[in-house]
Amino acid sequence: MNALRRADELGLIACTVCGLVCRDMAEDGQPGEAVACPRCGSGLHRRKPNSYARTWALLIAAFLMYIPANVLPIMRTASLNDIDDNTIISGVVELWRAGSPNLAVIVFTASIVVPMLKFLALGALLLSSQLGSGWARVQRAKLYRLVELVGYWSMLDVFVVALLTALVRFSVLSLVEPLPGVIFFGLTVVLTMLASMSFDPRLIWDGRDSDD
Amino acid sequence: MGTISSPTLLICEHCDTVYRRRALVRGDVARCARCDAELERHHLLSVNAMLALVVTAMIVFVQANVWPIVTLGLNGQHSSTTLWGMIIAMWHEQAQVVSVLVAFTLFFFPLAKMLSLGWLLWFARRGRRAPGFARLMVGLHHFGPWTMSEVFVLGALVAIVKAHTYFDVVADPGIYAYGALTLLITIFAGVDLRQLWDAPLESAA
Repeated sequence: MNALRRADELGLIACTVCGLVCRDMAEDGQPGEAVACPRCGSGLHRRKPNSYARTWALLIAAFLMYIPANVLPIMRTASLNDIDDNTIISGVVELWRAGSPNLAVIVFTASIVVPMLKFLALGALLLSSQLGSGWARVQRAKLYRLVELVGYWSMLDVFVVALLTALVRFSVLSLVEPLPGVIFFGLTVVLTMLASMSFDPRLIWDGRDSDD
Repeated sequence: MGTISSPTLLICEHCDTVYRRRALVRGDVARCARCDAELERHHLLSVNAMLALVVTAMIVFVQANVWPIVTLGLNGQHSSTTLWGMIIAMWHEQAQVVSVLVAFTLFFFPLAKMLSLGWLLWFARRGRRAPGFARLMVGLHHFGPWTMSEVFVLGALVAIVKAHTYFDVVADPGIYAYGALTLLITIFAGVDLRQLWDAPLESAA
């Protein structure tokens, strides 16, 4: 089958919320006016509105948050004779040394690799789609689905800090406190998730040379 | 508005390719020929089986929240916490943003997800649409990606290993309840809720 027609060419719209296929009536009406899906009532759009601008804005905001998230310590461990401030990366190193390299690799992946993958992957997807590139479209589509799939696992470190804070409260003997880095990190994860949600993967296929 | 809809067609949400819908048999997965995304999957679970899973998940969720997660021991002193203990501790430690994040991703969204699913399925098994069906389905679509119980299980494991260096660690029932919840969530992850939109129409026809 070579006749793979796209909804856009046929004047159809799929509701992004419930999946219903609708005929695009917007052409007769005012452009930019959203018609509601007859089944679920959500706004129907050919493409997610302002996908490029929104995704770029959220991605850049996330990256700005990611800098203090890594530079500032995320957690303080205080005991009788010393105070130790941990950053994300020092936490990974400590876990590695404490004899759990497997977990260290998992934390490293969730806290460093996944956010970096999101910045690079979404950045590359945005740029290549904006240029209308026809390069490796299937792979780019898969990359986007990977980003969507693994994105929320970055929240791992935030939960670790929250749990340790609640657990380690032995007054003067030993105490764990959250430090501002963890707030920035939590915001990074939320912003990157919002960024990947606002990117419209259909844009990957919308380039000038749309026939493969 | 004169929007004409067509339930016999299917559009790949990842690349906008239009397909005619086909009936799937057990084990079938329809994939997009252009971008290889999954279009539709045949569901192994009946509405009754899903409802049973949701009810089980609710029971486990209550246990996971009521029982302490882990207990630490240091020189005869003990300290344990529950999920809400975590949320409250973060709030008091000047990390309100994190506290709210934890409360929503680990408590409110998972709870809302299970309650609305239970409600929808309870009516679906009698071939009816639940009151508020459309609104709940739209809600589920929006907050679904923000439930993170399975991430928390891994986080608890990391926290236990970190604490193990300095303290005596005893895993409490809460962590096992969370483990069970993760298992249930994994089974659920494969279920495409959109089938609920079609179900009552099919029975009416």
